[in-house]
Amino acid sequence: MTPILELRDLARTHGHGVTAVHALRGVNLSIEPGELVAVMGPSGSGKSTLLTLAGGLDTPTSGDVLVEGETLAGLSRRRLAALRRRAIGYVFQDFNLIPALTGAENVALPRELDGVKARPARQEALRALEELEIGDLADRFPDDMSGGQQQRVAIARALVGERRLVLCDEPTGALDSETGEAVLRLLRGRVDAGAAGVLVTHEARHAAWADRVIFLRDGRMTDETGRAAPAEALLGVAR
Amino acid sequence: MSIRHSLLALLEEGPRYGYQLRSEFEARTGATWPLNVGQVYTTLGRLERDGMVEPVREAGVGADGDRQVFYRATDEGRAEVARWFERPVERSTPQRDELAIKLALAVTVPGVDVARVIQAQRTATLRVLQEYTRLKSQTHPTDAKELAWMLVLDSLIFTAEGEVRWLDHSEARLSRAAGDGMFTRAVDTSETTPAVAEVERASR
Repeated sequence: MTPILELRDLARTHGHGVTAVHALRGVNLSIEPGELVAVMGPSGSGKSTLLTLAGGLDTPTSGDVLVEGETLAGLSRRRLAALRRRAIGYVFQDFNLIPALTGAENVALPRELDGVKARPARQEALRALEELEIGDLADRFPDDMSGGQQQRVAIARALVGERRLVLCDEPTGALDSETGEAVLRLLRGRVDAGAAGVLVTHEARHAAWADRVIFLRDGRMTDETGRAAPAEALLGVAR
Repeated sequence: MSIRHSLLALLEEGPRYGYQLRSEFEARTGATWPLNVGQVYTTLGRLERDGMVEPVREAGVGADGDRQVFYRATDEGRAEVARWFERPVERSTPQRDELAIKLALAVTVPGVDVARVIQAQRTATLRVLQEYTRLKSQTHPTDAKELAWMLVLDSLIFTAEGEVRWLDHSEARLSRAAGDGMFTRAVDTSETTPAVAEVERASR
């Protein structure tokens, strides 16, 4: 199976010589369809750098980023922009919905930018909202939605169309614990349906929804949990 | 854990026999704190001695067709359950916590790589947290017993999360303390590994 995201020996250095800051060094990571990987680490450990490199928003100092088998470094600026739009979705802490657009319009927007006509783009958006069981938010404006509802719309937007890679930066940061959990349940469901996700979080309880958790410290991966054993192994419950 | 009070509380629902009490307990708590049936019968015996429960005169037939002795709570037993629910669980005497003790010693005993102790524990605790979360993702409560099990899972999850947060905090505190010269790291974790140095040279 081709990984949806692959990071090979990835490094990002800011500045030169003695003042150089190694934001990220020697990171290898491969994420397959159906896999959610959480990234944890103290602030300044390189979590956000990893996410911006994976999303093609920044260029590595060395190493490669591959999205669906394509090396980002080899792409022209136009092709990179196209790949970013076509393959990658983002979910941020502050939802980032456009206030002047309804839920459905927000979700349809990236498809329209892909060149899909307004009507089919709206159809796709409605379908994406339905799949997340939030069809009722289609005609509401972000201001009339709760934080949890806005974040659900943001997830629908991140995965509308053919997008299979979703990059999340503290997506539950602004939500209360139960709403945050509902959002993660939803993200988990979309990933189980065949997407791949990277979840940057400082909350262990949220990272635990991932298949693997990797730890960054001073720009390096210091540890990872590995793919976990079946849950039944833990409590011996046959449920 | 108060097996005594748990069994008494379950008898509030009506007469039960030993095996049944065990399975009712586990329906609400998973197999998190397994009860063996011997413990259940010993406890019932003590409760009977103390006048909290009494056998129902006519022995009934259990789920497996065997004759079973059913117990019910006495008035005194019911009053005891009520008091149990009203009284907060005793927290003023901390339970012995191996991890806290281990870290306290790791910081003071020479030659221990505390950062590694912390990281190894964090990974292990996160693995456990992942497994609880997976159990939770498979649980969609439709009745009160499943809801009870969900609460127990949440409790395990929040406890594990608390441990990870404490480990994060300890790590930050130790690195500050090392900066102040209060404590010496056994191994400098910021040291670059050869493979990483290679990559960094190549990138310059």
